[in-house]
Amino acid sequence: MAVVLCLVAAAMPFYLSSFWLQTGLFCFAASIGAMGLNLLVGTTGQLSLANGFFLAVGAYGYCYFAGARTTTGLLKLSGLGLPPAVAAVLAVLLAGLAGLLFSPIAGRLRGIYLGVASIGLIFLGQHLLINVLRPETGGFNGRDAQPFSLFGFSFADSNPDLFVLNVKFGAVERLWYLGLALTVLAGLYYRNLLRSRPGRAMQTLRDSEVASAVMGVHVIQYKARAFLVSSMYVGLAGVLLALGFRHVVPDTFGLDLSADYLAMIVLGGLGSVAGSIIGAFFITALPLVLQTYSSAIPFLSAPGQGGVGSSEAARYLYGVAIVGVILFMPGGVVSLFRRFGRRPPGAPAPGSTVSTSTRTSTSEPVAEPATHNPHPRTDRQGRTA
Amino acid sequence: MTLFLQLLFSGLSLGFIYALIALGFVIIFKATEVVNFAHGAFLLAGAFVTAKLHDRLGFLPALLIGIAAAALVGLLVERLIIRRLRGAPVISLAIVTIGVNIVIITELTRRIGTNVYSLGDPWRDQTVKIGAVRIAESRVAAVVVALVLIAAFFAAFKYSNWGVAMRATAEDEEAASLMGIRLGRVTAVSWVVAGALAAVAGLFLTAFPSPGLDASAAPIALRAFPAAILGGLDSTGGALVGGLVIGVAESLVSGYENQLLFLGRGFGAVVPYVVMIIVLLVRPSGLFGTKELTRV
Repeated sequence: MAVVLCLVAAAMPFYLSSFWLQTGLFCFAASIGAMGLNLLVGTTGQLSLANGFFLAVGAYGYCYFAGARTTTGLLKLSGLGLPPAVAAVLAVLLAGLAGLLFSPIAGRLRGIYLGVASIGLIFLGQHLLINVLRPETGGFNGRDAQPFSLFGFSFADSNPDLFVLNVKFGAVERLWYLGLALTVLAGLYYRNLLRSRPGRAMQTLRDSEVASAVMGVHVIQYKARAFLVSSMYVGLAGVLLALGFRHVVPDTFGLDLSADYLAMIVLGGLGSVAGSIIGAFFITALPLVLQTYSSAIPFLSAPGQGGVGSSEAARYLYGVAIVGVILFMPGGVVSLFRRFGRRPPGAPAPGSTVSTSTRTSTSEPVAEPATHNPHPRTDRQGRTA
Repeated sequence: MTLFLQLLFSGLSLGFIYALIALGFVIIFKATEVVNFAHGAFLLAGAFVTAKLHDRLGFLPALLIGIAAAALVGLLVERLIIRRLRGAPVISLAIVTIGVNIVIITELTRRIGTNVYSLGDPWRDQTVKIGAVRIAESRVAAVVVALVLIAAFFAAFKYSNWGVAMRATAEDEEAASLMGIRLGRVTAVSWVVAGALAAVAGLFLTAFPSPGLDASAAPIALRAFPAAILGGLDSTGGALVGGLVIGVAESLVSGYENQLLFLGRGFGAVVPYVVMIIVLLVRPSGLFGTKELTRV
């Protein structure tokens, strides 16, 4: 099934227009990012809203490492001018480092406290990008991303001009294959990780920290590793995004983007490779598709006409989809596959969802005598409400 | 010194406004274990209704209807969605409110568009002078109203039937329910109260010195998030303290920006989160939050 899908995806540049290929490229980038977040939230059970921040680290890291020193307007941009492939690897490592730096905080916090603390990273990141690191990031106006090249092969529109079966292979077509290859690799790695010893350790960590510690899992170390791998995935997604946009601006990497990624993995299915990809495609493509066909869809008005525009319609659909999926399909879209008897690879067993209840109630009879009454005033409450 | 006092007061008044929002977070969390990301939507809904109606009805009736509207939104969210998810994991509950928030905020920002509405409050841009310190009247009103509301809330929380029922529910849902407490009513009232408090906060956040109600008002509610977390998500007193700490820190850092240039311009907006992260590092459940105990 997965192989067939890959083959179909590989044939797409011969049929689709560059708009769709561009959309597809963003979908691939989002898939990798969603897998990274899913590894953290779905597999290890650590709620994070800092995805936008790690995406920004990846994207800006690439721009900085690959970019040259230039002057735009009044601002002198600095850059290391490294070969793009090296810059991409460094950007991914930088994102991983950022994840590691955050992991001591993550090691101390649990559940929802961790989630809100990670929101702090987003705002801190925005502040750094816009106000502090201006020579590196270009400030509010952002900076350009160098075209990618690997072993002398450039992923740009020309140089060399490339025709395959009479289809011109410009930047979009080339990047499509890059995105596809990276998504497949990332998916395979994630799937293998889930089946390996560290992957199982992460899953027990999600289900119960105490139980996993008893089983010999080093909780803090595994949390740190989960953050490392996850932020490297997300950093890679950031590099791809930068290549797709060709110009990155800080506004992109706000809290909304983090919420988008959270929505992807919840819609698709927590802890599942296939779910991450399905969610990523749905959330990324939905606004673009609606925008393209807004004239053909009733009830939608053109931008600036009052009424409901395509971007708003996309937001409504997306908000309603989140609520609907959580209400009626708590396992995400992949749980539908499971219902037909087939489990997509890498999906957790049915019934296992993220459980990070803030209260751990593993009571032990000795610790609390049966006669002890923790609510001495219950009689007064009896006549209330 | 004058500048310091000025900043201190404006920080405290901002802190009281944050405390109103943070109290809402805490009540909702205590009653339903939901971390409500849709709080900004409640705030915006209340402010928007007030802004739309004050021309026709006058300020006070418009404000009351605005508060009622925000409370109604809270009630609907609780009845239609949260109630069906009782016992769901905390993360799912939080994400569902993100979905709700997106729908409501999109609709309201679409209606607001590029307009900047006034809420028609009677204080306008008047200021009073106390000693050498000049203060916006709306901020004085904010402090007074917030103090009254918070005192009323704590009294209700301590003495009223709802408060007792609510605390019992937070303590042990099952036992409370067996004692005849109607959980549905307790949680519904919690969401209504939180919505109403958010609407009041919305009024003062959009009044002078702010330019008015525009599409950017909703994310401000997010700044009260650190306030709630910092105090401890399940502590009402913590929400008040957290709000004041965040408000004062934000105001002082913005005011002394020129002396703090190494942090970059506009650091004031980030301060709530920085303070929160530092506090959480020392006390992972906030200042007054219940420590998580795990018995094995």
